[in-house]
Amino acid sequence: MIPPIAKMLARHLIKGPHTAKDAVTPSERALRELAESLGITAQVKLGRSLAIREIDAGSCNGCELEIHAVNHPVYDLERFGIKFVASPRHADVLLVTGPVSWNMAEALRRTVEATPEPRWVVAMGDCAIDGGCFKGSYAVAGGAAAIVPVDMTIPGCPPTPVDILSGLLALLEAVEG
Amino acid sequence: MMGNVTLLEFLSMGREVANHRPWPRYQLDNKGWRALAEQMSVSNWEILAEWGEPAEVHVLLRGEDSGAIAVASHPCPDGSFYALGQFRPAAIRLERAIRDLWGLVPEGLEDQRPWLDHGHWGVTHPLGRPRQYDGGRHVYKFLKAEGDGLHQIPVGPVHAGVIEPGHFRFHCQGETVVRLEERLGYVHKGIAGLMSGKPILDAARIAARVSGDSTVAYSIAFARAVEAALGLEIPPRAHWLRALLAELERVANHLFDIGAVCNDAAFAIMLAHMGALREKLLDSNARLFGHRLLMDRVIPGGVAVTVDDDAIARLLALVASIRKGFKRGVSLYDQTPSLLDRTTGTGIVHSTLAHRFGASGFVGRASSRAVDARKLPGYPPYDDLDFTIPVLADGDVHARVVIRMEEIRISLNLIEQILTRLPDGAVSAPLPMRAGEGVALVESFRGEVALWVRLSEAGKVVRAHPHDPSWFQWPLLEAAIEGNIVADFPLCNKSFNCSYSGHDL
Repeated sequence: MIPPIAKMLARHLIKGPHTAKDAVTPSERALRELAESLGITAQVKLGRSLAIREIDAGSCNGCELEIHAVNHPVYDLERFGIKFVASPRHADVLLVTGPVSWNMAEALRRTVEATPEPRWVVAMGDCAIDGGCFKGSYAVAGGAAAIVPVDMTIPGCPPTPVDILSGLLALLEAVEG
Repeated sequence: MMGNVTLLEFLSMGREVANHRPWPRYQLDNKGWRALAEQMSVSNWEILAEWGEPAEVHVLLRGEDSGAIAVASHPCPDGSFYALGQFRPAAIRLERAIRDLWGLVPEGLEDQRPWLDHGHWGVTHPLGRPRQYDGGRHVYKFLKAEGDGLHQIPVGPVHAGVIEPGHFRFHCQGETVVRLEERLGYVHKGIAGLMSGKPILDAARIAARVSGDSTVAYSIAFARAVEAALGLEIPPRAHWLRALLAELERVANHLFDIGAVCNDAAFAIMLAHMGALREKLLDSNARLFGHRLLMDRVIPGGVAVTVDDDAIARLLALVASIRKGFKRGVSLYDQTPSLLDRTTGTGIVHSTLAHRFGASGFVGRASSRAVDARKLPGYPPYDDLDFTIPVLADGDVHARVVIRMEEIRISLNLIEQILTRLPDGAVSAPLPMRAGEGVALVESFRGEVALWVRLSEAGKVVRAHPHDPSWFQWPLLEAAIEGNIVADFPLCNKSFNCSYSGHDL
């Protein structure tokens, strides 16, 4: 009997990958934001690669679901040289989601501090931008910028995988110079 | 001690509160509440949720055999109540949270440590009588394990993967976990406080974001509680469309979970395969309903979407294609012994514990606890649909995977039934303006979501309390990992896939 894994591999060899064919372009909005926050002098060569550490600072987990989706074969983030890493010490970019609950504020601050320079902080999702629908709670700081300096935002509730990709591509372009 | 009384017989000794629907609410005095607490040690009534108000504590109960549901309330003007957690360990964390948020002291509870309050809010008891926090560091005392060669491994709140934050304290002997203690509350956003005073539709947006992966289930629960409070009947088509969205959400989450469990056993091809299938479904959601995760598509009064013949045809084609791809995934799982070796016999939850904690969803069903809110108490349109509830007795990671697989098959089947029998008519009804209290129990992919709401005559939410099934699943994870090796923790954790956000509120 042919084992199922062999069949599956053979099928993909013949039919090609699941990866979406439509090209994703860097987000214009994000490029403008970056030009403002980074300035021309801050451009650093990273050799077309970005390592991202994700921090959930109070998200409802909707943003996490979409981050998982960009890692799946259809959007396949890694084909652009962007990958998620396990430690802030390996990261160039901190991707912050959630309105930043006060219970996570210290952890967020320390994770940013643990990331070597040059580093960029991206606030992803409406909550991380300004607290979203959790704004004004006793338990919420109200966006990543309330706790750490933010270089770029990716709006949406949650942002779609294409939004996330084009935001990250803009960042890659900007820091690549 | 009282003999064999039913839940409703017992509660009828209290005062019934008017305008609480669809199930009654009774106020118990000190004596009545004490008797209820003691009854907890002899009866098989389940606690479905427990929450507070500034001077009252509420518990949502189900009489297991009869399926009767009721809320018992206990006014406690002196700021303390007799703890149910003394007799039902499932209530311990709920009561610790009640003290943190509303300042009501659970009397007799051995564990008086704070739960959601980490000392960062600037105030204590934010939903009760808030007082400025007088400063100073909160030191959390973890439970101890002592013995030769024992060591601690602290993990989190920021984890290595893309997951939500929480802290796990392991005590290990070599590679074997002797004790795991969870510390949660990191993503507490004050949702109950945020919903108070909001117009119904604004509160619905917040309810949809209690736990993003269960957004449809929470929206249905909130809508059903509001409709119950208002005494509003919605059009049948709205019920059916809600069920369609709920089953799509269930399939999407289960697909991802199955992939992710296998990925945590280092079998990445399964995650890729399931991820591609899930993406088909989410992409179709975006095209047909305008949102990949279906957020805000269910609204109080009905639904904000509809389907035409073309959409039905596309959805039927989607079901067929997912079924085909899913079958390939299942045979890959079934015929990979190295993978089965990791999942079988790992992280066992004994059925006694599952029953004792009232665990619902796949965690309960993999440990012989066959509860499902779609069957008991049941709600439309499920009483009209043909489906079964899968149950297994093994209680290991494998059983939780197999339950999910079976549920995907059942949900795909349900989607087909819904699409072929969808009634015509309107998809929403206007909300009347009136005061009332309502409660709803809805089956999310993870288990039973309970939601209680009180509305004012001005059409605003006075108070609301969402309850996530994770409250009764998290404690079982601590039991499941005992005696397993640390390296199997991700596997066990993913097989539970409890919500941090839904639990922390």
